[in-house]
Amino acid sequence: MTALAALIRRDIRVALRIGGGALIGVLFFLTVVVLMPFAVGPDLALLKRLGPAILWLGALLASLLTLDRLFMADHDDGSLDLLVMSRTPLELACATKALAHWLVAGLPLIVATPVLGLLLNLDGSATLAVALTLLAGTPALTLTGMIGAALAVTLHRGGLLLAVLVLPLSIPVLIFGVAASNAATSGDTPFGTPFTILCALSLASLVIGPFAAAASLRHGLD
Amino acid sequence: MTLLDLANPTRFLSLTAKILPWLAGATAVLLVIGLYQSAMAPDDYQQGATVKIMFIHVPNAWLAMFVWGVMSIAALGTLVWRHPLADVAAKAAAPIGAAFTFLALVTGSLWGRPMWGTYWEWDARLTSVLILFLMYLGLMALWRAVEDPSRAARAAAILTLVGAINLPIIKFSVDWWNTLHQPASVMRMGGSTLDKAFLIPLLVMAVAFSFLFVTLHIAAMRNEILRRRVRSLQMMQAGKPSAS
Repeated sequence: MTALAALIRRDIRVALRIGGGALIGVLFFLTVVVLMPFAVGPDLALLKRLGPAILWLGALLASLLTLDRLFMADHDDGSLDLLVMSRTPLELACATKALAHWLVAGLPLIVATPVLGLLLNLDGSATLAVALTLLAGTPALTLTGMIGAALAVTLHRGGLLLAVLVLPLSIPVLIFGVAASNAATSGDTPFGTPFTILCALSLASLVIGPFAAAASLRHGLD
Repeated sequence: MTLLDLANPTRFLSLTAKILPWLAGATAVLLVIGLYQSAMAPDDYQQGATVKIMFIHVPNAWLAMFVWGVMSIAALGTLVWRHPLADVAAKAAAPIGAAFTFLALVTGSLWGRPMWGTYWEWDARLTSVLILFLMYLGLMALWRAVEDPSRAARAAAILTLVGAINLPIIKFSVDWWNTLHQPASVMRMGGSTLDKAFLIPLLVMAVAFSFLFVTLHIAAMRNEILRRRVRSLQMMQAGKPSAS
């Protein structure tokens, strides 16, 4: 247990230091959201309608951007090999790393959402709904993305291949995240149904993600 | 003859060389029968002649899911049993599965235009099959991204097993989300709702397409084995000191 706590502390500390690049994700999120009004035109009514979708898309891309860091730096300096060989189960270590990654890369996106919601002309309840769905959905993005990150690090290939592998797996999260946000803003459909499915996706990926990532690290590293 | 006997690639090559012509012949005969029956099938009272798209569309869609299932079993073979031909089978199946999925999407789209009035609708079944198609392409990209086949095999096996979660979602999407695509009508509790005039040609076509897949798959596996032999011969040749 102390080993896992130490792992979380270390990962967060490394990510927040110079060269860690944890907050680049938030900057990217901001940039993507600012780009959207230029693409669709500064029509406030339209932006209000598209707002939840734009925020979700931005968060998805931003979390994809930071996935590379999940294992790559540890692989480069050799600490990943120590993790694989240590007595702590690798599945637990992977889940812990995902938690640390989510704390530094996922949580800031949610904190930034209210500010970006203002830019997109979302009212208070809509912003709250988007932030709530992101809170429920981004763990699923991190955990499924971790599978892709583990595959990419064992193959020494990152970047585009990682995106191609991870994006199809994240489509359900996007669908239900946006559906729940829209349900909260329009009020035509119940908010609970897509939101609980979103929570279920996060829980299911909590089960699958660490095991698949650990399996791929074990099989792939040599 | 067990699965273990086939582990030797040379034995696999000699055995499949014998059965491949028969499989190809059976596929051709079944396809001719199936296509003839499909052409002779009566028009639907609502859909007219466009109902015949079903005889191509439905087998393609079944095979699209079936091939991922085959790849998942091959992935287990790679990771659990370390069967030497499992990764060859998985690699050879991916492009074929992608082709079936693509054809299912295209024929469905052509059928949707006269029936639903649109080529594409973001309905649950269509979306989940599109995701399946993207995952096939991602898997092929993964195979192509890594030179060492055994490394690529293990990574692809894990991705295949994770992607297999999509299969039940596709199968039950029409029941869980009540959207445009019609619910299951052939394999359902309480018997098929399809009339015999349509059901028999459909089943013949499904069997014909399954034979087509097996034939193509075995041929592709043979090619892959030979390709790997050529590669290792080339590497041995390159490794030798020059004769002069």
